[in-house]
Amino acid sequence: MRNPHPYIPNSSRRVKDEMLRDLGVDDVEALFGDIPDSIRKNSALNLPPARSEMEMKVRVEDILSRNSSTRDVVSFLGGGVWSHYVPAAVDEVVSRSEFLTSYTPYQPEISQGMLQALFEYQSMIAELMGMEFANSSLYDWATALGEAARMSSRVTGRDEFLVPNYISPERIQTLRTFCEPAGIRIIDVKQDRQTGAISNDDLMRKINSKTAGVYIENPSYLGFFETNVKRIGEIAREKGALFIIGADPISLGLFASPGELGADIAIGEGQPLGNHLNYGGPLLGLLACREERLLRQMPGRLIGMTMTKDGTSKAFTMVLQTREQHIRRQKATSNICTNEALCAVAAAAYLSLMGPRGLEKLGKTILANSRYAMEQMRKLDGLKVPLFEAQHFKEFVVGFDSTGLAASKINARLLQRGIQGGICLHDQFPELGQSALYCVTECHTRGDMDRLVVGIKEILEER
Amino acid sequence: MMAFKQAQWNEPLIMEKSREGVVGFSLSGDDDLHSDVPVELLRKDRPKLPEVSEVDVIRHYVRLSQENYGVDLGIYPLGSCTMKYNPKVLDRIVASPKIQDLHPLQDAESVQGILRILHELSGWLAEIVGLDKVSLQPAAGAQGEFAGAMIMRAFHKQNGDLEKREEIIIPDSAHGTNPASAAMAGFKVVEIPSNEDGCVNTDALRASLSDRTAGLMLTNPNTLGIFEAEILEIAKLVHEAGGLLYYDGANLNAMLGKAKPGRMGFDIVHINIHKTFGTPHGGGGPGSGPIAVTKKLEDFLPVPTVEQDGDTYYLDFNRPNSIGKVHGFWGNSSVLLRAYAYILMMGRDGLEEVAETSVLNANYLARKLSQVRGLELPFQHKVRKHEFVLSAAKMAQETGITAAHLAKRLLDFGVHAPTVYFPLIVNEALMIEPTETVSREELDEFADAFSKVSNEAYTQPDVVRDSPRCTSVTKIDEARASHPKTMQLTWKEKTRVDRKA
Repeated sequence: MRNPHPYIPNSSRRVKDEMLRDLGVDDVEALFGDIPDSIRKNSALNLPPARSEMEMKVRVEDILSRNSSTRDVVSFLGGGVWSHYVPAAVDEVVSRSEFLTSYTPYQPEISQGMLQALFEYQSMIAELMGMEFANSSLYDWATALGEAARMSSRVTGRDEFLVPNYISPERIQTLRTFCEPAGIRIIDVKQDRQTGAISNDDLMRKINSKTAGVYIENPSYLGFFETNVKRIGEIAREKGALFIIGADPISLGLFASPGELGADIAIGEGQPLGNHLNYGGPLLGLLACREERLLRQMPGRLIGMTMTKDGTSKAFTMVLQTREQHIRRQKATSNICTNEALCAVAAAAYLSLMGPRGLEKLGKTILANSRYAMEQMRKLDGLKVPLFEAQHFKEFVVGFDSTGLAASKINARLLQRGIQGGICLHDQFPELGQSALYCVTECHTRGDMDRLVVGIKEILEER
Repeated sequence: MMAFKQAQWNEPLIMEKSREGVVGFSLSGDDDLHSDVPVELLRKDRPKLPEVSEVDVIRHYVRLSQENYGVDLGIYPLGSCTMKYNPKVLDRIVASPKIQDLHPLQDAESVQGILRILHELSGWLAEIVGLDKVSLQPAAGAQGEFAGAMIMRAFHKQNGDLEKREEIIIPDSAHGTNPASAAMAGFKVVEIPSNEDGCVNTDALRASLSDRTAGLMLTNPNTLGIFEAEILEIAKLVHEAGGLLYYDGANLNAMLGKAKPGRMGFDIVHINIHKTFGTPHGGGGPGSGPIAVTKKLEDFLPVPTVEQDGDTYYLDFNRPNSIGKVHGFWGNSSVLLRAYAYILMMGRDGLEEVAETSVLNANYLARKLSQVRGLELPFQHKVRKHEFVLSAAKMAQETGITAAHLAKRLLDFGVHAPTVYFPLIVNEALMIEPTETVSREELDEFADAFSKVSNEAYTQPDVVRDSPRCTSVTKIDEARASHPKTMQLTWKEKTRVDRKA
């Protein structure tokens, strides 16, 4: 006989017996009597026995203690998930159990809090991106890119999608999975090896009447800005393709928004906005669009502001649900149902705290920090910093070719000094030689960056 | 019965609280280092984000939270959503910097703790569903379905008959995500009708199966809460036709330790971590939707998988036949950590208790509610599993009060309403899943609320029709919300319209 359970109020023997009697059943097993014996047999779970809350907590914390986090070492990893400071007030907002333990607001009258928070989120993301509309979240940037490609194909009725050559491996791999079954061909557009700029010639060669969308990132995966964004957008428009810009939202207090640069669809990763690293998930996919004609092809949930029927008060509810899977089934714009609503609430709280001034100041701080790191590293013999001659933000590539050391070797030696170096790029971009993508944010002190420089200097001297 | 009144703050939008110069951040650092940045790269106007203090932000969102109903306030019996209470200790576990501050690209040596957890969890999930190998990557149930359908695609491609096998068969009682995911993976959807007892019509299935069949997607117990007792025959038919059998894990809660989908003949299973294993739904997410497959399909799983070599754990990217990635990085790791801690704490007996009590609660409530005037429990079955579907068709016919009216009135009793109008095969459907985490007293009160609403429907239907009145707002004008002329999706748009006017 099992003991009563703290999370299962009716698990006490007495209550159970009374409920079973009410049902006219002797044993709870009778409720599973319709399952064929051959299935019921061998259904016992070979799992560890139950532990008390305290035992479990001690055990899990012990296992977790074997991780060294970005608090234990100085980390320069970015590449799609970045260390940014999360204000305590953000964590407080998303730990409100009324938000945390609610579901998709199918009954809007009793779910106004979540709906209003998500409406505000949509408003702030649209504003930040310089777009008219934003949805209430996708899973992450990678899936947002997949959705954007499929969306542009639906809108234009075309099946080729142009992407920049220097793109995150997470995003390109996810994009491939999304595009293959839809029959969308992904075509790389070359970027200049010196400046990172999209090659105008290559773009003109590859864009044609089959092109559904032209996608660029600004700043790029490798941290540099594209200078010809508007021109690329014009070329896309001339050819009847949609122009999609991926952006890091933390840059948008300072740098030009996708809307200003002419994007039809803007996507990005919302993790920097008040969400923790969490070993890469959950993340927050941003997707916004410029025009109403795109709205109906948009994936994901949308919250609208309306009135109560009696006209006495504003109210919020889910809108345009006829795009979604629970109504439209196989004709839906996406299969997404569970999304990242709570991460979106975190982003809304974060953007409210930061405001326009905070976001601008944060952008400047990150810019200043990453410049300091680049300047200091540049002083080391044999390092090319940054590898691309362009304006950078937050991330930059360090070239190690002249040092004669592999980037992975440098990282291994940095790790011995309590420093996690940047992402080694050789496997994905062999043409960049021995190089690594470094990320510097507001979380890095000058001391951290100086330590990195000293570390690399020592490693170079050990050669 | 308690008197319920939800908070009503009439809280303005946070943008409307904005006052120039007010700040909610504290940042040190230099202010004007960007002077040499080319001007065309810079933003022209500051974004119109709110300028509010931290105090404003906290009050705003705490007020909004009070205008929101959650499981921690009471029963939330949305069918197939498994809105159950989740142990508070799990919130503490995932707040540890040892997960929150881990970067996914850290050196494997520095993340042995979380890799071990993910690896062990993969094994436990495989054991629970009775299959061989797991990928933790999909971020939600629908992503698991998409990954599963892509695996079907890869399997048939390997066999050289993907060109031909372009159909996925789905019962008409299925969740909308099933056909949407199948279509996303490039398949045609063939819908088959249910039979008179609410289960898969095996004759219709036989007639639909052919050498064009890629597979069948099924939930078991199905969305009516009925166990598909013919499942072994169904599996045989699908496999004989060369198709694969996909299990939608939305209703797994009822099966824990009682029946394994692998034993039922399923080849691919997705698991909704946020339904079954200790994760609150967060107002719609984040969740996590791992998939499990049989041995013959494991090479197709998304890349990477979490593997063990002696005492060392690592991510295996060397999977040449993989469908690739469906999401960035490795999955929703902090959600998966909750599942690990939950399973460790529940143990095998605790999980079986979950299944038993969720089913007991559903049957207890089904019996009570089927006695309420105007409500019927369609389909003759002795027992339901974790959920059941009532029809309010009789009430609608006799009083004009529909399932939707009834649901709105229930809110006034401080409970969340069931899912309405789903599954599509039941008229005036009310789909109810109480879960194992409600007490008998709550079930009784919930049934009482139904009885009262039924009485009102037959005696003073306008009271029901004019509800809800005890929620933060009264009945919402949905038509206005979605009408092209009045639809308003952002605050920015509103200001634009105002300026025009």
